[in-house]
Amino acid sequence: MPKRLLTLAVNGRRHEIAADGHALLVDVLRDALGLTGTKQGCDGGECGACTVLVDGAPRLACLTLAASVEGRAIETIEGLARSGRMSALQQAFHERLGTQCGFCTPGMIMAAEALLRRTPHPDEAEIREALAGNLCRCTGYVKIIESVRAAAEARP
Amino acid sequence: MGALPEFAFARPATLAEACALLAVEGARAVAGGTDLVPNLRRGIERPAQLVDLGGIAALDRIEERDGALALGAGVTLARLADDARIARVLPALAEAARSVAGPAHRSAATLGGNLCQDTRCVFYNQSEWWRRANGWCLKRDGDTCHVAPQGRRCHAAYSGDLAPVLLAAGAEAETATAAGTRRVPLADLYREDGAAHLTLAPGEIVARVFVPAPTPGRRSGYRKARARGAVDFPLAGVAVVLVVRDGAIAELGVGLTGTNSRPFRLAGTEGFVGQPVDDALLASLAKLIQKQVSPMRSTVTQSYYRRQVASVLAQRLVRELAAG
Repeated sequence: MPKRLLTLAVNGRRHEIAADGHALLVDVLRDALGLTGTKQGCDGGECGACTVLVDGAPRLACLTLAASVEGRAIETIEGLARSGRMSALQQAFHERLGTQCGFCTPGMIMAAEALLRRTPHPDEAEIREALAGNLCRCTGYVKIIESVRAAAEARP
Repeated sequence: MGALPEFAFARPATLAEACALLAVEGARAVAGGTDLVPNLRRGIERPAQLVDLGGIAALDRIEERDGALALGAGVTLARLADDARIARVLPALAEAARSVAGPAHRSAATLGGNLCQDTRCVFYNQSEWWRRANGWCLKRDGDTCHVAPQGRRCHAAYSGDLAPVLLAAGAEAETATAAGTRRVPLADLYREDGAAHLTLAPGEIVARVFVPAPTPGRRSGYRKARARGAVDFPLAGVAVVLVVRDGAIAELGVGLTGTNSRPFRLAGTEGFVGQPVDDALLASLAKLIQKQVSPMRSTVTQSYYRRQVASVLAQRLVRELAAG
């Protein structure tokens, strides 16, 4: 099958990639662009580890055909830090021990980032709902919810 | 999961272009991909071409006139859940949309995709090697339904959450092919056969859904039973639209999902018009539901539980809506 030229806007940068029509966004991000922060967990849309933002909304990169998000603004965990400084959410996950093994963390943070952009000061129910599609096998979730709440409280 | 099979990919900008592409044999429509992509990765379907409907602006509209809704099939579940007009006119639809999967699924998944989602079964939603080791099944590649080996049809369950609400509210669907569009009652989109639950012709897609304006004072709600509070498909799902006037039922519509191979509107609810919502009425309602649902062992949860919980959810919801 011939490859096609895809133009993807990832973390504010335009990338031209020769990809198959059936390429998945998670594979393009990790293998073609080297953005391995986005994790491949269940690889079937059940665990949320591959959550990225598309036009600010959370999306599962393992279920997203790369060709279907051409021209949209894609953001991954690598796009959050500014000049080497962690974002408020990353800092909060670091300080509040929201991360243990770290595998679910990029997906958790991107899902939480989508929430805080839409709802800057969420209550606990809103945080739980926003993270309902993200599985963690280490923390029991309490520290993750605390981290998101801390990041929200640190906001003006 | 396995790798995706190879297919060509097209992203048309108009409905006419999409219909022309879908008229070719081996073409398959995809919108959010949350239902189709896992099935492709399990080797369940092998389309020659995927036609992505996500670039068609005309399918992405929500319109409301005097309470009547026209909903584009490409509207995402996240938008349905958040739209103020839907919250006002048919809150059950927003509730049902909010109850589907997780937030990252809802920002991709669409109304049309949810209505047309594939039926599900423990013997079907499995990897290729799993299904091969089990001799395949009647729904795909095999000749025996492992749920009911003596039967002649597939008993996979329909698990969409939006259809029961729209059926209870008397919605219609506009479908499109290269030859033109047609408008049918939403119920006509489905049949009681897990292997062929949609009546759409090859290449035909759902383009819009029309919901008639409500009777003044109508209340609506949606409840589903599932193992976890999020993400899971319904073991049984119940939608109710209800109008109570002067202490008696003036209108009652009940839609069900998760229990059969199609979503359906409960038959016989007009018999309750004029009666008060009391224990006797709720007992009759439960009996009516028990007669019409037919859950089979297509999930790891017992079918007996799904039958019971369908009527319990309906009783609670009717009582709650009647109380205001």
